[in-house]
Amino acid sequence: MSYAGWIILTASLVGVSCGLIGALLVLRRMAMMADAISHSVLLGIVTAYLITRELSGIHMLIGAIAAGLLTAIFIQWLHSLGVQQEASIGVVFTSLFAIGVVLIATKVGNAHLDVQHTLMGEITFIPWERMSLPWIGEVPEAVFILSIVLIIVLIAIIGFFKEWKLTSFDPALAASIGIPVVLMHYVFMALVSVTTVAAFDAVGAIMVVAMLITPASAAYLWTDRLAMMMALSGVFGIVSAVSGYFIAVWLDTSISGSMAFSTGLVFLICFIASPKHGIVARFMRPTLTST
Amino acid sequence: MLPVLSVEGLSASYRKNKVLDNVVFDVEPGTMTSIVGPNGAGKSTLLKVILELHPRLAGKVAFFGSPYPKVKSRIGYVPQRGSVDWDFPTNALDVVMMGLYGKIGWLKWPKRSHREKAMEALAEMGMADYASRQISQLSGGQQQRVFLARALVMDADLYFLDEPLAGVDAATERAIMATLNLLKSRGRTVLVVHHDLQTVEDYFDHVLLLNRSVIAHGPTEEIFNESNIYRTYGGTLRWRGARSG
Repeated sequence: MSYAGWIILTASLVGVSCGLIGALLVLRRMAMMADAISHSVLLGIVTAYLITRELSGIHMLIGAIAAGLLTAIFIQWLHSLGVQQEASIGVVFTSLFAIGVVLIATKVGNAHLDVQHTLMGEITFIPWERMSLPWIGEVPEAVFILSIVLIIVLIAIIGFFKEWKLTSFDPALAASIGIPVVLMHYVFMALVSVTTVAAFDAVGAIMVVAMLITPASAAYLWTDRLAMMMALSGVFGIVSAVSGYFIAVWLDTSISGSMAFSTGLVFLICFIASPKHGIVARFMRPTLTST
Repeated sequence: MLPVLSVEGLSASYRKNKVLDNVVFDVEPGTMTSIVGPNGAGKSTLLKVILELHPRLAGKVAFFGSPYPKVKSRIGYVPQRGSVDWDFPTNALDVVMMGLYGKIGWLKWPKRSHREKAMEALAEMGMADYASRQISQLSGGQQQRVFLARALVMDADLYFLDEPLAGVDAATERAIMATLNLLKSRGRTVLVVHHDLQTVEDYFDHVLLLNRSVIAHGPTEEIFNESNIYRTYGGTLRWRGARSG
């Protein structure tokens, strides 16, 4: 495949994984949590590197899951001690992220990791870092990891679709009929972590939040069905990622920045034009009120 | 006869305040009990602790003589309407089907038979025309009827409802009470957290007066009197009797 082909494939995989996970993040009102995990995952990656001395995908995934879960657990723990939810999110992720930045800047800075790369990602390098797979041949490592993560996300979401729906909509009923709500919360946090770290190389810690939240928020404006919202969110993710890449090539600027900008653009268009909740539709007909 | 629900010495706290203190009561099968008490008396918390949604400090709860995990499928819970996000992307029929998730089981998707069952329950609540309506586009009363339909499909032996009559219109109140009476006539047991003292005598055959612990519990005509109500509400309420007021 051509160089641009691999980049577009990478971007699309990022878009669809983030879009699917993002839909649940938005509905569970955990956008801030995505921000937190996307940052503290850095500590997981650095720690994995310090222990194994290599930047291999599987180590990074494990480090990211550990860091993501640690973040979720710390936040829950601080909150249970009486710190406000948002304050505890802010305290935990900035602290863990800061440790990650300090470690990068001192120990491993000259190797493969640098702050710029982790914050902004570097999708342009992805097609060159290849690995060989049986039957398929040479593929970029990032594409391989993103595909694995997408498969995990798809299995988790499709297999437990009604459980995700019920724990998101009515956790009390879910718990009362025996669905392990707390376990599912942490499984979800693990899914957010692996998605984030898989997308990390491509778009970096800051932009991945845009990929997680914005396409999902745009999809929310179009539909009243959860499955449709997830599908749309994935599509918007792909559209944003691919169009972002071409905007970046056209303007010769940051690819991750352009992708995040594209998500905003897609959202803006939806916000104006969507038939159910859009501004135009709101002007066209009186809104139904509910008490 | 074995009580449907047996609560012994139940205590619980909420944000370091003890909200339930040594709650003791038994519920007989086929009864309809209202749980009544002032704000902060621990009514909702009592339901949550009984259903293991909120940790207990002490005490024992038995359903049909068994602990909760063994009898989950026989118990139906209707949370407060305000406890869920009505902007969630789903429709009325889908919410009703959620009541069947426990029976459908892990890794399976709902089938047509589940859909039909949910449709029947919606029709029973007079909501058949709203099946595909997005839930935020329903009025408060209609939302509560959807919740009741969801309880119906659970086909439980013992129901817990948290303020089902709060903020609903008169027609919905009648529809809900008709449904609860129907459940009772089928031999089901119903516990309802209730806020309106005026309707207790009309609606419920048993009453549990709660203010952190049980003040009085029994058949409505025996214990729902002025002195017990004063003991429950303290000086916070002027009450002149259900009918004369």
